Amino acid sequence: MSTQPQIVMQAKGLVKRYGQVTALDGADFELRAGEILAVIGDNGAGKSSLIKCLSGATIPDEGEILLDGQAIHFRSPMDARKSGIETVYQDLAVAPAMTIAENLFMGRELLRPGFFGQFLRLLDKKKMLAESISRMNDLKVGIRSMTQPVETLSGGQRQCVAVARAAAFAQHVVIMDEPTAALGVKEGNMVLELIRRVRDKGLPVVLISHNMPHVFEVADRIHIARLGKRAAVVNPKHISMSDTVAVMTGAKSAADLPEEAHA
Amino acid sequence: MKKLTAILALSALAVAAGSARAAEPVIGLITKTDSNPFFVKMKEGAQAEGSRLGARVITGSGKTDGDNAGQITAMENMMAAGAKTILIAPSDARAIIPAIKKAQQQGVMVIALDSPTDPASAVDGVFATDNYKAGQLIGQYAKAALAGKKPVIAAMDLLPGHPVGAQRHNGFLQGFGLPSLEASSNALARPAEVACMADTFGDAAKAQTAMENCLQKNPAINLVYTINEPAAAGAYKAVKAAGKEKDVVIVSVDGGCAGVRDVGAGVISATAQQYPLKMAAMGVAAGVEYAKSGKKVSGYTDTGVALIAARPQPGVQSLDVKTGTELCWGKK
Amino acid sequence: MTPSKLPPLATLGPFIALLLACIFFSVQSERFLSAQNFSLILQQIMVVGVIAIGQTLIILTAGIDLSCGMVMALGGIVMTKFAADYGLSAPLAIACGMAVTMLFGLVNGLLVTRIKLPPFIVTLGTLNIAFAITQLYSQSQTVTDIPAGMSLLGNTFLLGQSPIAYGVLLMLALYVATWLWLRETAPGRHIYAVGNNPEATRLTGIGTERVLLGVYVLAGLFYGIAAMLSVARTGAGDPNAGQTENLDAITAVVLGGTSLFGGRGMLLGTLVGAVIVGVFRNGLTLMGVSSVYQVLATGILVILAVATDQMSRKGVR
Repeated sequence: MSTQPQIVMQAKGLVKRYGQVTALDGADFELRAGEILAVIGDNGAGKSSLIKCLSGATIPDEGEILLDGQAIHFRSPMDARKSGIETVYQDLAVAPAMTIAENLFMGRELLRPGFFGQFLRLLDKKKMLAESISRMNDLKVGIRSMTQPVETLSGGQRQCVAVARAAAFAQHVVIMDEPTAALGVKEGNMVLELIRRVRDKGLPVVLISHNMPHVFEVADRIHIARLGKRAAVVNPKHISMSDTVAVMTGAKSAADLPEEAHA
Repeated sequence: MKKLTAILALSALAVAAGSARAAEPVIGLITKTDSNPFFVKMKEGAQAEGSRLGARVITGSGKTDGDNAGQITAMENMMAAGAKTILIAPSDARAIIPAIKKAQQQGVMVIALDSPTDPASAVDGVFATDNYKAGQLIGQYAKAALAGKKPVIAAMDLLPGHPVGAQRHNGFLQGFGLPSLEASSNALARPAEVACMADTFGDAAKAQTAMENCLQKNPAINLVYTINEPAAAGAYKAVKAAGKEKDVVIVSVDGGCAGVRDVGAGVISATAQQYPLKMAAMGVAAGVEYAKSGKKVSGYTDTGVALIAARPQPGVQSLDVKTGTELCWGKK
Repeated sequence: MTPSKLPPLATLGPFIALLLACIFFSVQSERFLSAQNFSLILQQIMVVGVIAIGQTLIILTAGIDLSCGMVMALGGIVMTKFAADYGLSAPLAIACGMAVTMLFGLVNGLLVTRIKLPPFIVTLGTLNIAFAITQLYSQSQTVTDIPAGMSLLGNTFLLGQSPIAYGVLLMLALYVATWLWLRETAPGRHIYAVGNNPEATRLTGIGTERVLLGVYVLAGLFYGIAAMLSVARTGAGDPNAGQTENLDAITAVVLGGTSLFGGRGMLLGTLVGAVIVGVFRNGLTLMGVSSVYQVLATGILVILAVATDQMSRKGVR
């Protein structure tokens, strides 16, 4: 008897129109526990709209989204965050002049207990620093000082800070938008390694990327978006990169793929 | 139908009113700024005289002291509105002359108020205070008041290169008997007795700071010349804070009601009073005469300056505070 | 936890400049270096100093407030006229003045956050509106019969031999309190975040609009306090006050090392910036040099300050 994979997040029949343009045309989506799901697709395939619906940045016109089996209706990214979904945006959303520790806790600062925290909103800097160090160590991110400004870090290190922030606060899902774009080989691998560790900690990851080698290296399954729908979900271990690209561009259809390629 | 009749009637009324207005002479008054109480009073005087004589007075000004371009714009707008006489307190005595010439070529009479243009002959007439004489009066008073003591002088000036500021400053020194410059100079004389000179822009707060610094430089200062009464009030605050109000004589120019009150209160020892309302009234009257008979004014008319002092000094003629209050301009 | 490895030149620069200026003037005039003279300088800059606190907050959010001096003047006229015309007690009249300045702050803030107009444009408009209202309401007359209570903060007490004004103590206290608030509290850090990367702060759930609105209203409060100090110092409500303080406040912020692009800067630097301007004015008068040179010196200092800030950051990026 095969154990059914636990489904963390699911979307059925999502439709989103922007004026004359139909970005999502009945798209489906499924994210399983403990996996890294890469979402790929050509420009206009609807992958950004899909991700925006999942992260609460957009409200779909039709369709439903389920989180742990419960239907959810996000009206803003904050709603998604409250439900335990964290997003790492493409431009990182960090304040470069502020420290790593400050950025990790931005908007969710730890306040001192009692009157000082409640009324004066005084920060518990020691605690935030300790927390930052422990979380970064947890994820084996090798940045030494949490009190240096983010702008002193390399691109890859900044990405790690953004990922670590999401991983620190996510309870159900972490969504990452093009995390290795604009990074060199070494830094890109560093980030991929971090993504694996996030998954190993028990958080499923949705990864949007154009970088096929990276996708194949790190994804457990690949969701191929095309023309506003889900064209196929494939297993990178049983399909070639060129076939995946072919499905993405429409040269091949999902039906053309062998059985074991599907996931 | 009723509506149409009403509209026609109203239009007829408007035209009638307009043409009635067209009959009264239009006189433009351009002051240096809108915010200096001196010019606010000048405007009020002009408008009062205008309604008394049946003339329409339109007013305008530059944005700041020295805003020549603003005054030129005001002049053009007033002429477009039908002004046949322009009264102007020029911010820049030289730069305004081309605009004045243009106006005169179109048959407009231009009169300078408060201070002359340079040269004074560029306008049809001048109704102004003799600022140099104003300075001399307070200089003479100061000399008598110091009664032979060696003067250690602080000068709270207006700003560099301003003719009114220069005339009052140099007149003061001349009246005191110290080496000075003539009335036509725009530079500030600085004999050795002047221990400290500072620019206050006629502002009380700046004068207070400047006086504090001057006293810090030379605590023995016993005589302060101030460009106007707000500057004097500011300088007094500094003098009082240093505990020297009994040892320092402060003199000023203006004769505004607030300033005369300060003379009565012992803040200012003497002030040279000038008469902006008189200037404005004379200007408006000249404009009405020009519109009626085509006769222009000419020459320089000194609208007078008088010394107001609480304590008269021998050999120096002055008016008492009561008289000064009757003649003062501003909120009595 | 606040950046510990800030390029040293950016933070130390203003202090070094002040130190050099003081050394220069002490050499030029023996009357410069005394506790009494420094107390005088602090009194002379206390109004601009408090205005500059509000201006610093706004500039930290990458905004600017060109109306600060005029709003302060309006506050001064309101508080003195309310006391003189309606017989209100000093504290009540002062509160009314502060309410008016905070109202202007609210207007500025709403125009920036709701209508999304650039702060430069908004405050350029409110600058003129505040000036006009002040002139109209006061009829361009200085208000002189004010209750004694309003002059209290201008009074001095003796600390040893030197007179210290109460108003100066208030200014220093406000600087310390605001500095701590910016460093140690969540809303303080949010101000820096909004200035540094408004999009990022929005995405992390911080109410960016609320922060901006709060900053403008808070700045209005500081302008009201400055108005109170201005009235206390001069003993009158002057409708023409604050005109040079407008740019002087921004100069103090820039000299103090706060970046006009937002997100960076130290409040105490602004205090140093304000003191530098006061030191130059005082020192040059003691030297008998024309005030035009003070203006020249300030201009050169501003260029140097911004250039130093830019250069020290080049290494970081």
